[in-house]
Amino acid sequence: MQAYIAKRCLLFIPTLLLATLIAFLLLRVIPGDPALVKLAGETGDASFTQAELHDLQVKLGTDKPLYVQYGKWMWGMLQLDFGQSMYFEEPVAQDLIDKFPITLELTVLAMLIATIIAVPLGLVSAIKQDTPADYISRFISIAGVALPNFWVGILIVYFLVLFFAWMPPLGYANLWEDPATNLQQFIFPALALGFFEMAFTARVTRSSMLEVYREDYTRTARGKGLAERVVILRHALKNALLPVVTISGFQFGRLLAGTVVIENIFMIPGMGRLLLDSVFHRDYTMVQAIVVVITVSVLVLNLVLDVLYGWLNPRIRYS
Amino acid sequence: MAEQSGSIAVSSGVPIRGLMPGGAIWKHISRFARRKPLGAFGAVIALILIIVAVFAPFIATHDPAATNGALVYAPPGSQLLLGGDQLGRDVFSRLVYGARVSLYAGLLSAFIGASIGMVVGVASVHFGGKTDLIVQRIIDTMMAFPPLILAITIMAALGASLNNVVIALTIAYIPSAARVLRSQALAIKEMDYILAARAIGASHGRIIFRCMIPNCLALYIVLVSVFLGTAIVAEATLSFLGIGVPPDVPSWGGMLNGAAQTYVHLAPWLGVFPGLAIAIVVFAWNLLGDALRDVLDPRLRGTW
Amino acid sequence: MATLLEVKDLRTHFFTREGVVKAVDGVSYAIEEGETLGLVGESGCGKSVSALSIMRLVPDPPGKTVGGEIIFDGQDLLKLPDSEIRRVRGKQIAMVYQEPMTSLNPVLTIERQLTESLELHLAMSKTEARREAVRRLEQVGIPDPERRLKQYPHQFSGGMLQRVMIAIALSCNPKLIIADEPTTALDVTIQAQILDLMKNLSREYGVSLLIITHNLGVVARYADRVNIMYAGKVIERGTARDIYRHPSHPYTLGLLNSVPRLDLPRTEKLDPIEGQPPDLMHLPAGCAFRERCRFAIARCAQEIPPLRPVSAGHLSACFVAETLLSRAKEHAA
Repeated sequence: MQAYIAKRCLLFIPTLLLATLIAFLLLRVIPGDPALVKLAGETGDASFTQAELHDLQVKLGTDKPLYVQYGKWMWGMLQLDFGQSMYFEEPVAQDLIDKFPITLELTVLAMLIATIIAVPLGLVSAIKQDTPADYISRFISIAGVALPNFWVGILIVYFLVLFFAWMPPLGYANLWEDPATNLQQFIFPALALGFFEMAFTARVTRSSMLEVYREDYTRTARGKGLAERVVILRHALKNALLPVVTISGFQFGRLLAGTVVIENIFMIPGMGRLLLDSVFHRDYTMVQAIVVVITVSVLVLNLVLDVLYGWLNPRIRYS
Repeated sequence: MAEQSGSIAVSSGVPIRGLMPGGAIWKHISRFARRKPLGAFGAVIALILIIVAVFAPFIATHDPAATNGALVYAPPGSQLLLGGDQLGRDVFSRLVYGARVSLYAGLLSAFIGASIGMVVGVASVHFGGKTDLIVQRIIDTMMAFPPLILAITIMAALGASLNNVVIALTIAYIPSAARVLRSQALAIKEMDYILAARAIGASHGRIIFRCMIPNCLALYIVLVSVFLGTAIVAEATLSFLGIGVPPDVPSWGGMLNGAAQTYVHLAPWLGVFPGLAIAIVVFAWNLLGDALRDVLDPRLRGTW
Repeated sequence: MATLLEVKDLRTHFFTREGVVKAVDGVSYAIEEGETLGLVGESGCGKSVSALSIMRLVPDPPGKTVGGEIIFDGQDLLKLPDSEIRRVRGKQIAMVYQEPMTSLNPVLTIERQLTESLELHLAMSKTEARREAVRRLEQVGIPDPERRLKQYPHQFSGGMLQRVMIAIALSCNPKLIIADEPTTALDVTIQAQILDLMKNLSREYGVSLLIITHNLGVVARYADRVNIMYAGKVIERGTARDIYRHPSHPYTLGLLNSVPRLDLPRTEKLDPIEGQPPDLMHLPAGCAFRERCRFAIARCAQEIPPLRPVSAGHLSACFVAETLLSRAKEHAA
């Protein structure tokens, strides 16, 4: 197990470097020189001088070769310096520190809601295969993966407005200072955000449980005279949840990405909204930093999940 | 299956490419419909979408871009079938034209993304060794970028336009396509006929394109159908966020942006119909994709 | 000897979309106390399904036991409520399965899988169950049982896992152990060890043994009596000696001729049975073996030959059984 964890951790470093490199290339190479884009965007035409361009290039550091830019950027990030915002002209890091926890809370809440509903739903569906309970659960999961999260969000807002005269709050209550208000603000966005993943997890749980049901060891457990409840809880569940653990890394990533949509609908001042605003502002430094934060979060979670998977699965733990 | 000589069977023995006489296609379709009624339902909806997209000018009742002050927020029914929007444009006609955008972006990006992913995955396996290792690492790392984030980033770099949406989504699909098809290619690589092809000195291109890829086609078709559903949602999401298709082009996602959101309680039809269109199409496409997967490659059951 | 288990006219069918598969169709046999009974047949002849039917472990849907009785300890197992059949499973009747690698739960320790039935059926405490588990592992010849208890199935070889399965089966002192192809998945060198172990332990504890196999050699060596099954029916029954020396059904004869035998002159050529077993969904009228039988007569196409005695304790479901029997006796003489 130690060797397994060590290997995962070692692999993590090159993956991290590669991920930052991809994020860097995406925003420094495809759009061309950010200095040029910024000036062109501000003036609306080419009415800027070479001197202005050069000054900005020096300021943004884009006059140097790409590898130097990447090196400087990377070195800065290791010291938690994500660079200067091209729009606000102040350090990006402070914004991230303020907004990331909000987005993380929303994501974790959505993941919790999704999993807590989905796993039992999928299990019941598999255990009661081809009964009305199964049909309902399957309908929810097939329909659920077809509903775009922004539409679910809009509909939730609509019904809240319709029945509770609710309006999206303008302020934001911190989880630790005012948990009640915070949860009130977050529960519906989290529901809209997690809806798709709920449907998806329910589906994966169902098919995985059905598969486990066909396994020989489930029959062995029944052959011992164990009650069906024990067969499910002790013998089937742990095996059935292994694929659910595997997919949750990608789900977390999808949820983080989904906050861009949901935070905009529900007016939550998080990182997702900041990302969209930064795209409109052509604030490449900010976009880059957010993309890195999201990707690194996914990578870290995947590392944790790898360890968790190894812990759940003795075939990995002892080999 | 025996009557189709020359067909290439994949795992469950379903022919993908082969000499299918005209009548046999209908026999296949009717058998598919009987075995997978939900899949057939999905196929019908998908067909309707295609027809609507192709014949949009004949189906739309109004010019989708024409504004009319008298019809601003006109409720559905009386004058406009599905009501009017904040500029008095006909929601129904915009939906009809929006089908074009959805289908164009969805079809192209799913198709190109899966194709490039297939070539990358198969070639990576074929060359093996260090190449495969590096490709695998890049794919794994790309998978850490949520597809939507990848697409948003690329849109940020390229700017809003329909073709840029296609490019962004294509890139977003390549890693997962490469990953899935790579594992299929790994199994194929060890097959005797590939070993035989190597033994007689077939070129790399020949082995990849003539020997390995034809045997990945079942999975490829399934993948395209799955991507298509998610690509339609992704395009709509980007347009909804205002960074996909420019606002003047009618698209389902774009129609939900702005007024539909702000005035959802006053003009709910603005928020309901485009979303419903997306949901129905994606739902149908998922049903079709599920059925295709079950028929073409049952081992994939429950992998996504 | 008293009868422990009696299977009467058992019918287990599978209801699939393509049609009804009559996997077990009117099978009867009995197991005496302390006896080892062999159930022999090709794969797909219904022998495993008949065993799973006893435990009521046939997956439903699509399988369903549609007729017959299984009398065990004076009660019909097929009529017991679920809670009662669970008290029989593992406690009175235990099973050893074909694939030890997949029949044990990969994510639970051997200890958990051994102790759970002890805790359930014998109401042992955790420590008692653990001690008993160690004793059982020793008994089936697993070295260093204390350490092995903490391990997981993937850390064992197939042969060792089958020993664990036997330990689990024996753990609650059942009256009957059903071994479904217990050695098919194992290396040839291990097979005899496992069978000897089962035979010895069952003799020691007076446990009856139902061995299901496609291997006549296994049966010849370990079984007291043998049932030969074909296409969902028992077609010959007798002592292992009867079956081996005087086969009185053409199918049994064919089975014997298709395995190499060291007790016959080397000049005898192997003589496989031609053709394929019949489709259980569309069984032909009359005798199911008719199309592969070189002794078939006109009557075979019209009636299903009943299982009837040909000598004391030796039964055959063939119209020409007597001819075969006398031929076999001549041959032996």
